[in-house]
Amino acid sequence: MAERLTRDEVVHVARLARLELAEDEIDRFTQQLGAILEHAADVEALEVTDVEPTSHPLPLSNVMRADVVSESLDRDDVMAQAPVPQDGQFRVPPVLGERP
Amino acid sequence: MSAIETAVAVRAGERSALEVVDAHLELIAQRDPELHAFNLVTAESARAEAAAIDSRVSAGEAVGPLAGVPLAVKDNMCTKGVPTTCSSKILEGWRPPYDATVVTRLREAGAVSVGKTNLDEFAMGSSTEHSAFGPTRNPHDPSKVPGGSSGGSAASVAAGFTPLGIGSDTGGSIRQPAAFCGVVGMKPTYGVVSRYGLIAFASSLDQIGPFAADVADAAALFDVIAGHDPLDSTSIRDFTPTASAMLDEGVDGLRIGVVKELAGGPGGVPGLAADVLARTAEAVEVLATAGALVDEVSVPSSTLGLSAYYLVAPAEASSNLARYDGVRYGLRVDGPTTPEMTTATRTAGFGPEVKRRIMLGTYALSAGYYDAFYGKALKVRTMMLSDFARVYEDFDVLVAPTTPTTAFELGARTQDPLTMYVNDVCTIPSNLTGHPAISVPFGVGDDGMPVGVQVLAPALHDAQTFRVAAVLEAAS
Repeated sequence: MAERLTRDEVVHVARLARLELAEDEIDRFTQQLGAILEHAADVEALEVTDVEPTSHPLPLSNVMRADVVSESLDRDDVMAQAPVPQDGQFRVPPVLGERP
Repeated sequence: MSAIETAVAVRAGERSALEVVDAHLELIAQRDPELHAFNLVTAESARAEAAAIDSRVSAGEAVGPLAGVPLAVKDNMCTKGVPTTCSSKILEGWRPPYDATVVTRLREAGAVSVGKTNLDEFAMGSSTEHSAFGPTRNPHDPSKVPGGSSGGSAASVAAGFTPLGIGSDTGGSIRQPAAFCGVVGMKPTYGVVSRYGLIAFASSLDQIGPFAADVADAAALFDVIAGHDPLDSTSIRDFTPTASAMLDEGVDGLRIGVVKELAGGPGGVPGLAADVLARTAEAVEVLATAGALVDEVSVPSSTLGLSAYYLVAPAEASSNLARYDGVRYGLRVDGPTTPEMTTATRTAGFGPEVKRRIMLGTYALSAGYYDAFYGKALKVRTMMLSDFARVYEDFDVLVAPTTPTTAFELGARTQDPLTMYVNDVCTIPSNLTGHPAISVPFGVGDDGMPVGVQVLAPALHDAQTFRVAAVLEAAS
């Protein structure tokens, strides 16, 4: 089977998806994802330039509700489920650079 | 006793809801340690809800159409204050601050949830083996899988733990386990049942639907959960469910097509087992004898469904599952910066199948590959919609097998993802088109395990699937 997907591409995609893969996982995913993409060759090979894409089964446009005030989730209930809440907010490590 | 009979007896005060619930909890306590249909059994709240129904009945107050009927809820639907895990470590211990709309509707109808059922992590799988909390086993033969991803709800109904179950179906996740476990399972038209509170896998494909031991109970459950919900922007307005009302109409004069590509025809999907095809052919005979006008029909694009699905569903999943970042809920594994914390959290929290699908979806959407893979898969959806629209000019419903084979052994397909994915080949078309389809038990295979036959209908004709299934059920 021709290489559908290289090891470097798997590493690149894992970084985009915020996943860290062990060496053996990279090997396994390279093989498995390659086999799945090989199966998808039937779709890849289609000549479908004049077919419109369908991203959703329903022909929906914007769905609006009436502009009236209604009850929303209780803030304390929501914050109670946060991994690290602080003063009603979600605490996270530094977004850029090192921890001070 | 069926769900309908139970509700009638409870409403009339002839049976106590608490006794009904206790009897089912007892069964679960006896056999679920072996089968593992449930991630969590909520015995205490179930008994309290049942007792409240009994009090209302004795006080002469109105109770709902499913009063006192025990219910199993797939653990990817939010239940307020009750752990909801998606069978994933990344959500372990999370208690949603709200109920899914189906959960609210079923409680209002008097159904009593006895717990949350196991699934393949985030509903990604066809065997319930990809659960972070261990597999569910098939009640007909515990060495076999129950199917998936709604394997826990299917097994619960098949084992008699609950007369009713709720599942979700993205590529066959209700119908395939229903077939493997010998119960009825139905995927409604996309938008007919609210997805509010269903934890998203692939939003343009996901749909909630019923499990039951017989077609009438499944229809009763469908009629309760279907209908518009302002909390789901994709919910269809003005849909009135008529599954129960149409159940006894028979198939006399109904035009029924047998999909060649999904039923062993030349150039169709490969790998369909002879016993499953034989049961399907017998089901078609039953319908013809009952007065249906039966003919073979070709849906050429149905053979492309598997490939298209395994591009569209992972693409949507990779986007939906980006929300598990360790910030707002669920697991957090600490790191020196937020990006490192998020990577550490996702790496520890997701299982291998979920990672595989996120990777596949991220790849299919990435620069340079979008047009070749995701873009083309969306065009296959258009081809399928027009193929089915053409076929439904001449036919009212279509028939096909639900699964290529009967239930397989635990561990038999976990090593090679493609052999697992092939399970969904007959169920996927209805998800890509958004059309309704039901799986109804019809005899057994050479191994004695249940076989399911599938009835497909055009969008919004959900009631037709139950009506045809009722005829097959009566003959099997």
